[in-house]
Amino acid sequence: MAKYMLIMRGTDEGQAAYEEMDFTEVIAAMGRYNESMMNAGVLAAGEGLSDASEGAVVDFSTDTPVVTDGPYGETKELFNGFWIVDVASKEEAIEWAKRAPLSGAGTKLEVRRVNGPEDFPQDDEWIQKEQGWREEQAQRAQ
Amino acid sequence: MTAVVPHDEGRADDGAASRRVVEAVWRIESSRIVGALARYTNDFALAEDVASEALAEALVAWPRDGVPRDPVAWLLATGRRRAIDAFRRRSGRDDRYAALARDLGEGGAVTGGPGTVAEAGDDLLWDPDKIEDDRLALLFVACHPVLSKEARVALTLRVVAGLGSEEIARAFLVPVPTVQARITRAKKTLTAARVPFEVPAAEDRAERLGSVLNVVYLIFSEGSTASGGDDWMRPDLAYEAVRLARVLTRLSPDPETFGLLALLELTAARFPARTGPDGEPVLLEHQDRRRWDRSAIRRGRDALARAVAVGRGLGPYGLQAAIAEQHDVAASVAETDWDRIVVLYEALGRVAPSPVVELNRAVAVAMASGPAAGLGLVDDLVAREVLSGSYLLPSVRGELLARLGRRDEARGELELAARLCGNARERGVLEAKAAAL
Repeated sequence: MAKYMLIMRGTDEGQAAYEEMDFTEVIAAMGRYNESMMNAGVLAAGEGLSDASEGAVVDFSTDTPVVTDGPYGETKELFNGFWIVDVASKEEAIEWAKRAPLSGAGTKLEVRRVNGPEDFPQDDEWIQKEQGWREEQAQRAQ
Repeated sequence: MTAVVPHDEGRADDGAASRRVVEAVWRIESSRIVGALARYTNDFALAEDVASEALAEALVAWPRDGVPRDPVAWLLATGRRRAIDAFRRRSGRDDRYAALARDLGEGGAVTGGPGTVAEAGDDLLWDPDKIEDDRLALLFVACHPVLSKEARVALTLRVVAGLGSEEIARAFLVPVPTVQARITRAKKTLTAARVPFEVPAAEDRAERLGSVLNVVYLIFSEGSTASGGDDWMRPDLAYEAVRLARVLTRLSPDPETFGLLALLELTAARFPARTGPDGEPVLLEHQDRRRWDRSAIRRGRDALARAVAVGRGLGPYGLQAAIAEQHDVAASVAETDWDRIVVLYEALGRVAPSPVVELNRAVAVAMASGPAAGLGLVDDLVAREVLSGSYLLPSVRGELLARLGRRDEARGELELAARLCGNARERGVLEAKAAAL
């Protein structure tokens, strides 16, 4: 069993086309999709992101990070949201990705495995610190 | 950019890759496909047969012709065709089957799932309002009390979790033909007992749900402490049970269903710390608690809160979950609230009395009030000759004697426990403890 992140990516044009669609329809389709993943016991997390123009980009290409307002004009692809699914195989993650109610030129779902503790050396001081930190976060969340 | 094999195109690709796609689709859809076919044929055994035939055909056809654009529709259509064939074969004997074959044949192409093009009559098999009921009925039938526990486990993993016979055989360390025979026999038993394909009526529901929960729990137990073989745990099998429990909370959100999910999540949360670098078991007191899965603990506590919120008191799974929660939130064995655990075991002993619960209560009492108090309770169990033949009793007794400094007696008990223990990894731990005395 492993966790996979389904990363929603699109282009400015795709996003514009998406905004043309009936909002209640979009919400309903997403709701059905999320519900189907919950019913199958695979949905671990998921979030959608607000408009990229409301965000900012910190660019590390130069010695000093450069901050710009949103990625418009600089990038062709936008990161719009994600799901994390808990599944038996990459193929199963892909099957879930294929069912997402997405459409439009340039709209993509990237399927990536989420690293688990087994991917890191357990004797590393920083890995151990991170585990302690995760523990604190979880306790605070309770 | 590297070219990848398109998953939707009707062209041949690497056979192994298509096989994995078939398996992935089957894991997601088996319960809906078998459920829809069972509702339509009102014959669970036939539905499982034809669904398996469809799966077998996919395993041949997809690697050869490519994965179809709509794999679910393909599987459903193929299953339905096989059902019609079966009804036609029987129609010589019985007119009812001719009518069923005709009804099913008039449905047209079967499609389903989001994003597919609806064709005439597709709703005949794919009724969105009934899918979840069908999946629940499927679970109830697969876990029907007329079946042996082994049969319930095998059928549930096969039709609800969508595992192949090979995967089930590997998980339970039995030969593939044994699993296939169990499933065949189970289907015959269900047919002979005329078990209808339906969610049980209200008056039977609680008892039948108990059987479903028990099957999920058995699958988890086998995965979390393998009863035989060299591996201490088979986490993938345990995870199947967690997934089934999550599905069940959606289909039948009863307090005990949440209690069971909580128990499985809170227990599975400790898996990352339960084995050492060479796969050897690490006991609770030596586990690195930083490695426990905090998000699983959070999910487990959420599920437990749902069970508690109903306000009817916790059932056996809920109480075990509450005990697991006490361990999961404690910083160490010493800082664990053992008094609370004793109280929870007492409650568990009232709702689900069993020698194993009494033994666990004895361990908790030993932790809360000292080994002498625990040993008294264990000796009561010995005097009543319960749990004889189980390694658990001598293993606990040996441990408590060791803590009381009665080393010779402790060694004898631990050696006895090792001889009785079926799991090689666990036996190693007991032998090491005995040798260290």
